[in-house]
Amino acid sequence: MTAKRYTVDDSIKESQSQKRENRQFYVTFILMLVLTALSFVAVASEKIPSGFTIPFILLIAFILLVLQVVIFMHLNDKNTEFPTLFFFSGFFIAIITIATLMLLIWW
Amino acid sequence: MQSDQTGVLPPHPEKATLEGRNKILGLWFFIASDVVLFASLMGTHLALRGSTQGAPGPQELFHLEYVALMTFILLTSSMTSLLGIKAMQRYQFKQMQTWFWLTVLLGLSFLGLEIYEFYQFVIYHGLGFETNAFASSFYTLLGFHGAHVTFGILWVVTLLIRSRSQGITTYTAPKFYLFSLYWHFVDVVWVFVFTLVYLMGKVG
Repeated sequence: MTAKRYTVDDSIKESQSQKRENRQFYVTFILMLVLTALSFVAVASEKIPSGFTIPFILLIAFILLVLQVVIFMHLNDKNTEFPTLFFFSGFFIAIITIATLMLLIWW
Repeated sequence: MQSDQTGVLPPHPEKATLEGRNKILGLWFFIASDVVLFASLMGTHLALRGSTQGAPGPQELFHLEYVALMTFILLTSSMTSLLGIKAMQRYQFKQMQTWFWLTVLLGLSFLGLEIYEFYQFVIYHGLGFETNAFASSFYTLLGFHGAHVTFGILWVVTLLIRSRSQGITTYTAPKFYLFSLYWHFVDVVWVFVFTLVYLMGKVG
């Protein structure tokens, strides 16, 4: 890591990719705002049946999770195999835990 | 990026040292375990939320506009902490400080709203921690999330005060980066809290 020197060329390339990345962050943020609003509207509206609302808000929550983790927490960077593994094993165990607790207490 | 054609400042100061990279890996390890903590509390609440024993339940208690406001505040604070990191990677210390102080402000308003909401539940609806299983599991889950927000605010304020005269170095950068990862995670948890607790509670 220490041996590499950053030249002017690298710096220009870096700032171009920065700009692209920044636009991606703003687009993600707006998308997240819209999805969150949709989720609230679906529940607040009387006309939408609850059979549709529940899967719909769960899907939105999952999309928000992926956007937040992959874009905002930089899992789309290079060398992030371990964080990805940690996060998704955590998520996997979370689903099992929730399912288990609900089944245990309900039955 | 400032005049760093000499090659002194790396473009990713948070990952430039082994210590920094190890810290990031360590925080992800912590997040994986924290996911399980919240999953346990969430699972317990989902299973017990019907046990209201005649006291007001989710449908009477929750006000969607109020929760929506809290959600947008926390989502925006997640964005400001990200912009703080972006400013850090451009070595703009003043900008970075502004974005993080904004994050603190938004975090505090979120906490204020949450405390006010609890106050309403306790005073106007008489829903204490021990009233019923719904209340106990609700306050525990939301309380743990609120504690995470409180800890995050204390964390970043400490960092901001400590690094005031140091600026952005390969020593201070990982610290801010870790905070922003943690803060995004707190927001992810809130996504599931508002969906599974508030919205699903309202739908029934």
